[in-house]
Amino acid sequence: MRLLRRIFPHPQLTLLLTLVWMLLANKLSLNSLVFGLLLGIIIPFITQPYWPDRPKLRNWPMVVEYILVVLWDIVIANITVARIILFKRDADRHPNWVCIPLELRTPEAITVLAGTITMTPGTVSCDLSAQGHNLLVHCLDAEDPDAVRDQIKHRYERRLKEIFE
Amino acid sequence: MTFAFEILIAFFLIISGIFGFVGSFGMIKLKDPMSRLHAPTKATTLGVGGVLLASICHSVLIEHHLSLHELLITLFLFLTAPITALFIAKWHIHRHEKPQDLPDAGEDELWATHAVEQVEDVPDHTAN
Repeated sequence: MRLLRRIFPHPQLTLLLTLVWMLLANKLSLNSLVFGLLLGIIIPFITQPYWPDRPKLRNWPMVVEYILVVLWDIVIANITVARIILFKRDADRHPNWVCIPLELRTPEAITVLAGTITMTPGTVSCDLSAQGHNLLVHCLDAEDPDAVRDQIKHRYERRLKEIFE
Repeated sequence: MTFAFEILIAFFLIISGIFGFVGSFGMIKLKDPMSRLHAPTKATTLGVGGVLLASICHSVLIEHHLSLHELLITLFLFLTAPITALFIAKWHIHRHEKPQDLPDAGEDELWATHAVEQVEDVPDHTAN
């Protein structure tokens, strides 16, 4: 078991690298599978010193749920934002800064949250506070900043907390 | 049957065209730089996503072979687009926003961009 851990220090990364290589090759063949696995074994082995205390993903069903929720939100938000851009007069729009107090402490989790916020149209994450306890988000059209904050905390942060912490 | 597939593919292409257009139109219509930043995030999600879905559908339904490396484009976009947006936003905060104009940063008092020592004599590149 310990030998297995030595050879595969990061099994998920091995799997991901193999998958990405197979997708790059874009056809199912033993050739690309073997080479992908080779890369998947060598790269985690070499880069091991660069991730000393990586967080463990605890809740895999939640990861799937999170991805689906984000994809759904992206579609919905795209339609909302398209309506704002096309039909709302610029004077009626309320661009606003929103401060989101973070409960997440893992840097990886905060990165995923910030990335998610940027990729959902209508909100862009702009800055972290000096010690990383708050996230500054710019909203394209938010009459009620508190509602945006609660929605982000409830939809994304709660799930990320279950995944990472 | 091919006809139905073609309609499906055309549907995805039209979706991506519409959202790509709205993203570009937003760049013209929106007036302040921070709002303009919102427009490209639309074009990279549904705009690109629609083309990729159409491409996958075309190779599976019409050419009858599985092609999924379009998914990688989405993956790499989702990794890089937020970083670009963050850099532009931080630049904007650094040059155009004062700490008192932004919402309160809670117990940390300042946002990270303002927390660095302020450089007094920023070289003026506008003259060249």
